[in-house]
Order: sequence, then structure tokens, then C-alpha cells
Amino acid sequence: MSLDALLSAQGLRLSYGRIAALDGVDAEVFPGEVLAVVGESGSGKTTLLNALAGAVRPDAGVVSYRDRDGALHDVHRMSAPALRALHRSDWGTVHQDPRQSLRMAVSAGGNVGERLMTQGARHYGDIRAAAIDWLRQVEIAADRVDDLPRTFSGGMLQRLQIARTLVTQPRLVFMDEPTGGLDVSVQARLLDLIRDLVARLGVAVVLVTHDIAVARLLAGRIVVMRAGQVVETGLTDQVLDDPQHPYTQLLVSSVLHA
Amino acid sequence: MNGYNFAYLDEQTKRMIRRALLKAVAIPGYQVPFGSREMPLPYGWGTGGIQVTASILGRADVLKVIDQGADDTTNAVSIRRFFARTAGVATTTHTAEASVIQTRHRIPEAPLRTDQIIVYQVPQPEPLSKLEPSRAETRRMHALAEYGLMHVKLYEDIARIGAVTISYDYPVMVNGRHLMSPSPIPAFDTPKMDGMAALQLFGAGREKRIYAIPPYTSVKPLDFEDHPFRLTRAPHACTLCGAADSYLDEVVTDDRGGRMFVCSDSDFCETRQSGAAA
Repeated sequence: MSLDALLSAQGLRLSYGRIAALDGVDAEVFPGEVLAVVGESGSGKTTLLNALAGAVRPDAGVVSYRDRDGALHDVHRMSAPALRALHRSDWGTVHQDPRQSLRMAVSAGGNVGERLMTQGARHYGDIRAAAIDWLRQVEIAADRVDDLPRTFSGGMLQRLQIARTLVTQPRLVFMDEPTGGLDVSVQARLLDLIRDLVARLGVAVVLVTHDIAVARLLAGRIVVMRAGQVVETGLTDQVLDDPQHPYTQLLVSSVLHA
Repeated sequence: MNGYNFAYLDEQTKRMIRRALLKAVAIPGYQVPFGSREMPLPYGWGTGGIQVTASILGRADVLKVIDQGADDTTNAVSIRRFFARTAGVATTTHTAEASVIQTRHRIPEAPLRTDQIIVYQVPQPEPLSKLEPSRAETRRMHALAEYGLMHVKLYEDIARIGAVTISYDYPVMVNGRHLMSPSPIPAFDTPKMDGMAALQLFGAGREKRIYAIPPYTSVKPLDFEDHPFRLTRAPHACTLCGAADSYLDEVVTDDRGGRMFVCSDSDFCETRQSGAAA
């Protein structure tokens, strides 16, 4: 593991029956960078994300996380309470479907405040002020703070989910197709927002996407996966402008230009 | 004794329940599963409380049973008679004379002593039940002491209504560790649990859970620093005894809007009335 890497995976292997979802994958995430994992459906992107986040245990390989004090932790050997504590403090997750993580029967403010309260915040005024501040940062009007998420549009729900995740200032956020299912103009605005927030907060992001354009816009480095293996990795512009592996060439040439 | 074993339950069942009780006392506020038995009354009528009472009752005990604070309501009368018949123990309506008090929905106004045990009937032992539908998940939340979700509920109340609106079964932290449902007692009674001298036992028959608060254990209602827990009480004095600090029932007296407020604790009210008359 590089000395300054935040998260590193070595030799990850995982098969579902005869299918190798991960076939010897190495990856590293550095503080403050956005790492995109691209590839077609079934290439193992989401499995890699889940393995990195400790949600799925690989058959072989190690995932190490370096905490704020510089100590290394083997993610798959941590106790369940420690891993959960990590997930609600240093880490965050943004799902493709915001309904998966949002509480639809709880107001926007309650949704944003939940992570703070889980961490032990017990001052209503402070929690509410933080919630309103974060709604503003994701461009949701402050007067929507008491509205239920079901009155929000798809793009707003996704922004609410991002506010809910970032409110505790995580160091590392896992995003699985954060712009999937949104129309292009909403997508563009969301990408702008994510890029802006990530740069300002210096948070590291592992971004899983099948959309090359999203990877190009957000990511500094890119990992191209196919059939459970990393076929190419490098700086995003370098890989996308001068793809070396035939599969990457195919992927890049498949993108339609409007 | 009329063909029944002492206090209705067989001795093996009582031992099983006592083991659960010991574990419950050892881990204050933790819900201990137990093999709840069919009782000769329907779920929701106090089957959990009755099984706990049956397991701790001795021949020398004096039993008091209250329902909504009163000794003379159906549930209280029938449970008291049940134990008078199956255990032959002495019964009383006076809080001070009782060694075991089984209760539904109230804690007596008179402070309890170290030589007394109070048994609560519990319909829903899981305080997170309305917020998290999965029991596997709520158990995990208890194991990890992850109680942010309960505060989300309080947050929602304050954001929408301006105050916490839970008026009964107010969630409490026991011994600084376990979130616990105090059973459907009014929020007014919650502070009485904190540091109580008597042993507090809770039985949920349908849900098959037992939990306990040992004497002198800290029991704190959940709140926010800037929205502290507040007692709510009907702003009246008792019409019968004049008490201004007891929990009141509103009683409709006619069909022309007539009503009065009386103590919900009937023994407390009668003791005060006879004291005033003497």
C-alpha cells in the first residue's frame, strides 16, 4: 500500500458460483481524489465497490483503510461495530436510488440531521442549522426543510441524499451511479454540484459509473473493468484520450456525441 | 389449592421465567426473550405481567393490581382475583401495604420502597418498533447502541409541532446504555422510574420479552439540550381530594358538557380524602 493512500485493495477475488466477479483486482484511493470505476454491466464494478466498502467479503485479498491518525485497518477484519462506526463517521455512501437510503416518511431536515444525531449531536437548534446549511449547499431552498422527500423531484432527492451523506464531513464517499435515471439537464447540474462539493471539501470519492462522460467530468483517475479484471488504469484524460486496451478503445468509441 | 399449582404456572415454567428475570436485572433495559405461555386471558390483557408476577410471588406476599392507576377497574379486579384464587396470597388496594404491585399504564403516586417490586404489563417492548420494521435490525441497533433514529423522531416532532408529542410510553435510556420502552405509562410518570428504590420488572406476553430496571438505576427520558424533557399534566386540582400534583383523569359526568378531573391513582386519592376527613 502506498504510504499516502486512503484506501487500498490488493488481490481481491470473489466469485458467485462459476462467475468471477472479481478476479485479482488491485486499487488505491488517495485523499481528495475522485476515482472512477467504469465498465459495462456485469463487469464487477459494483461488486468492487461493495468489497471496498466492507459490505461484501471477498474470497481472497485485503482492503486496508488508513484512518485520521494514520493507523491502518483491515476493513474485512474489523468488528461489525467498528465498521458501522466507520460508515457513519469517516465514510459515506450515495446510492443510485436515493429512496434506498433516505427515510421517505421523515422530513428533509430530519434526513440530513440523522447522521449527526447518530453521532451523538443532541442540540436541536444546531442540528437544524446544519441541515438548513446543507440543503443550501446542495441548492435546495431552506423553506423545504420540513417537507417530506416524497414531494421532491428525482434530482432534488439525489441532492438531498448527497447532503445527508456529506453533513458529517466524511473523508471517503462511495457513489454508485449517482446520476443514473436522471434526465440530462438534471444530470449536468448534479455533476456540477458534486464536482464543486468534492473539490471544496477535499473528500475522496470512489465513483462507479457506466457513463464515460460522467467519469471524464468528475474523476482524476479511472479504472476500467471487464469480466472482474482491471484492464486499464491511469489518469482519466490519458486513458480516455489514448486508450491502450482494446476493450477501453471499444468503450470510448461507443460513446455517442450529440 | 383448587387443583392449581401455586400461582397457576408450573414450577419449571416459573424457573425459566426467573432465569430470564435474573438476566434482565443483570443487563438493565435489555429485552430478554422467554418462552411465554398461554394464559387463561387474551393477549393484551396483561399475560406478560401475570407470568412475571406468578414467578416471583411467595406465600407471604401481599399483591396489589392497578389498571390506569385504579384498583377497581376490570383488568385490575380480575387479575387480583386470579391470584387470590390460584395462589391464595393476600391482596390489598393500599400501595404502602403491598409487596408486589402489578400495573398497567401507571406508577403509583406514593414513592415505592426497596422491599417492593413493581411489575409492568407491556404490549410492545421494542421502543424502535414504529421507526424500524425489522426486528433483526432493531436488535443490531441495541447491540451497537445506535439510537440516532429515536432522536430523528423527536426532531420531527419539534420541527412540525414545536414540541415532543409523545405523551405516553416515552422512550428512556436505562443505565446510560439501553433504549427502553417504559410501557404505556404517561410521560408524567417517567421521572418516577429514575433511581426508584423498588425493583421494576416488565413482562410482554405476546412479544415474549422480559426486561428490568434494578433499584436505584438511572432512567433518563430522551431529549435535546435545547428542548429538555418536560412534564405535562392537566392544569387542574383533583375534584375529590384537591391534589395539585397528581396525574388526573378527565371524567365526563353528564351529556351537557359537565366534566371533572380526578386522580387516576385511586388509592392515593382515597388516602388523601380519608386523611382530610380524619
